[in-house]
Amino acid sequence: CTVSAQMLPAVGSPPPCCQATLLLFLTQRFYDVEMLLSWRSQLTRNQLQKKNVYYGYTQRFYGLDIASAYFILSLKGGFRFAGQSEWFYADQKGKFSWDFLNHKDTPLEEVDMSYTVINYRGLCNLESQRSLRTLKLRGCPEVDDWFLARLHVFQDSLEELDISHCPRITTGGLAALRNLKGLKRLDVSSLPGISSPGLVIILLEEMLPQCQITATGYDYNLNEAEGEEEEEHMQRQR
Amino acid sequence: MSAWRRLRVKLRSVPGFLVSIRPTQRHTSPYGRLTLCRSLSTGSHLRNEFFKDLEAQLAAFRKKAADALPGSSWSPLQINPNLPPERADIVIVGGGVVGWSIAYWLKQKEMVRGGVRVVVVEKDPTYSQASTVLSAGGIRQQFSLLENIHLSLASADFMRNINEHLGVLNEDPVDLQFNQSGYLFLANEEVAHIMEENYSTQRYAGAKVSLLSPTQLKQKFPWVNTDGVVLASYGLENEGWFDPWTLLNAFRRKAISMGVIQCYGEVTDFKCTTNVLRTSSGDTVDLKRIGSVKVQMPNSLEYQPVECAIVVNAAGAFSGKLTEMLGIGSGPKDSIAGIPLPVEPRKRYVYVVHCPDGPGLDTPFLIDYSGVYFRREGLGGNYIAGVSPEEAEEPDTSNLEVDHQFFEERVWPGLAHRVPAFEKLKVTSAWAGFYDYNTFDQNGIIGIHPLINNMYLATGFSGHGLQHSPAVGRAVAELILDGNFKTIDLSNFSFRRILTQEPMLEKNIV
Repeated sequence: CTVSAQMLPAVGSPPPCCQATLLLFLTQRFYDVEMLLSWRSQLTRNQLQKKNVYYGYTQRFYGLDIASAYFILSLKGGFRFAGQSEWFYADQKGKFSWDFLNHKDTPLEEVDMSYTVINYRGLCNLESQRSLRTLKLRGCPEVDDWFLARLHVFQDSLEELDISHCPRITTGGLAALRNLKGLKRLDVSSLPGISSPGLVIILLEEMLPQCQITATGYDYNLNEAEGEEEEEHMQRQR
Repeated sequence: MSAWRRLRVKLRSVPGFLVSIRPTQRHTSPYGRLTLCRSLSTGSHLRNEFFKDLEAQLAAFRKKAADALPGSSWSPLQINPNLPPERADIVIVGGGVVGWSIAYWLKQKEMVRGGVRVVVVEKDPTYSQASTVLSAGGIRQQFSLLENIHLSLASADFMRNINEHLGVLNEDPVDLQFNQSGYLFLANEEVAHIMEENYSTQRYAGAKVSLLSPTQLKQKFPWVNTDGVVLASYGLENEGWFDPWTLLNAFRRKAISMGVIQCYGEVTDFKCTTNVLRTSSGDTVDLKRIGSVKVQMPNSLEYQPVECAIVVNAAGAFSGKLTEMLGIGSGPKDSIAGIPLPVEPRKRYVYVVHCPDGPGLDTPFLIDYSGVYFRREGLGGNYIAGVSPEEAEEPDTSNLEVDHQFFEERVWPGLAHRVPAFEKLKVTSAWAGFYDYNTFDQNGIIGIHPLINNMYLATGFSGHGLQHSPAVGRAVAELILDGNFKTIDLSNFSFRRILTQEPMLEKNIV
């Protein structure tokens, strides 16, 4: 590959390759690169917030329930109306049928937002559903402790909650579940954010006595303790 | 120069250097005559060392000679790199969470990159006496003043999106370890009506609080003894506690990445220009304008006068001392100059106790009507407890020593009465910290001082500084850069209320 003459660092050394030239170029424009990268992260954040925006327009024209339903379908989730038995889903490409418009003023009973990008802002679209019984949030990357604290709006009706595989939930957020006194089934499997899962599960069980807690996917092996024992053994041998 | 002296000393100490250089090879023949391998002379070791060093010494000597000749960049006058710059636009005195929050927001709001040069001066790099790191770290919206509720709500919003605000490229995301457990206030018959009024104010302001009767309280928290409790106020959202050191470092890291200059030193003096005005009755009023701040380096006589346009007093418990340097409080008794800044340090104790049978994961930050409070710490049955002492028994503030008798007399009875499981507990540790206590009305003082045209005050929060710090930082930055409050109107917290003697009292119990 050709190398431009003005980028050569010194006369005697071998000419640098394209990669080194590119890196030198970027280093000399550090603040511009920093700005571009921060613009990129700002852009991704803005897109996320756009997806979770408050559907006020829909609410004004179609009512609270249809607005929540539309929000769920736009985020590629699924739901079931109270009194109906069929689920309304959006497929992978985001296409969904508009049949849900036929059921006006029917509150939602079960909502499945697994693997969607719902966050705290988006939850304000679902706050009006005070008779929500099931909420599935499996594998949602944006569900964090503040989201769990906001779930107190469903404290009277929520019976089943699934927050497994959510990477941003920590122990402080699980403490917020104390408000959901009607909770019967809770799934907290494979949460990478909690540090001592065994202890946390026991404390959760104490906190919610009427609730059946599913917590699979944790490695309760004493791997660290075994490593220490091996070290002690080797030291004694020496 | 010291290398010269060392070389000369070595030359003098080793006799015969200039005569012969004969390395000691007498006893190193590999085969045959293995004579006494160990030399009995005591000087040979020094001589060997000397020759090993010689090459390095000669090289250092050559470098020193080259530096001393013209054309090199070495100079005998070394500049102390820790000094603050000679000129700055805004000097923030105090490197606690309020100071760094103001610095961050100033940089966030400046219109042009590098628009304001901000210097944060902190006296103690170890933060050993700073109120920020010694605080219990709670945030609540259960106040009676609307402004306080708005400040808490705004700060909670900030902390919810903390990575959006304080995230630095290529660095780890900020993890405040926020426990969303809420605050629980208990009221007896006398203060129940105050609690109800506060509840309606809080609901009006948008805080998510709920009132509980004693039966509901017992149902929700079976470990509480509802004796004497008539009403309880429980925060559902945006309340809890977090790690103050993480918040401080997040603000600091982001502010430094945006160009704020950090300086470790103590502000010991000010140079002001004074405008003397005369009132109609003949009294004089001195209006001062700070021209420069003298920053003294730690453990040294070196100082640097920093010329500045604006000084922000965010020194927390020590803000009173700072304004004394400017003569506030030392004027005639009935004039504005005679009113000192009513902020002084007050010592508060925090005790860490271990109780294996205590309340579990759902323990809120419980505050009793007697003033005793406690919260859960970690998952191992540890709790943090304390109480605000009465006015008469305020402890001495010259040091941060802990009085363990205080726990036995004042804290433990209250704890054991409210939570029977706490009758059997063990104090594992304790610490003490200062409140920047506003003796006038225990609420923050935010705004310009009337007699010093360019000193902004952001102090006197009396235990709420940490939880309001993001919102207060934004408010002070708006005051400085925009001239007026834009998001939350804190004009009720200005110094004016101290001049007119109209206290903004919190009708809350702690």
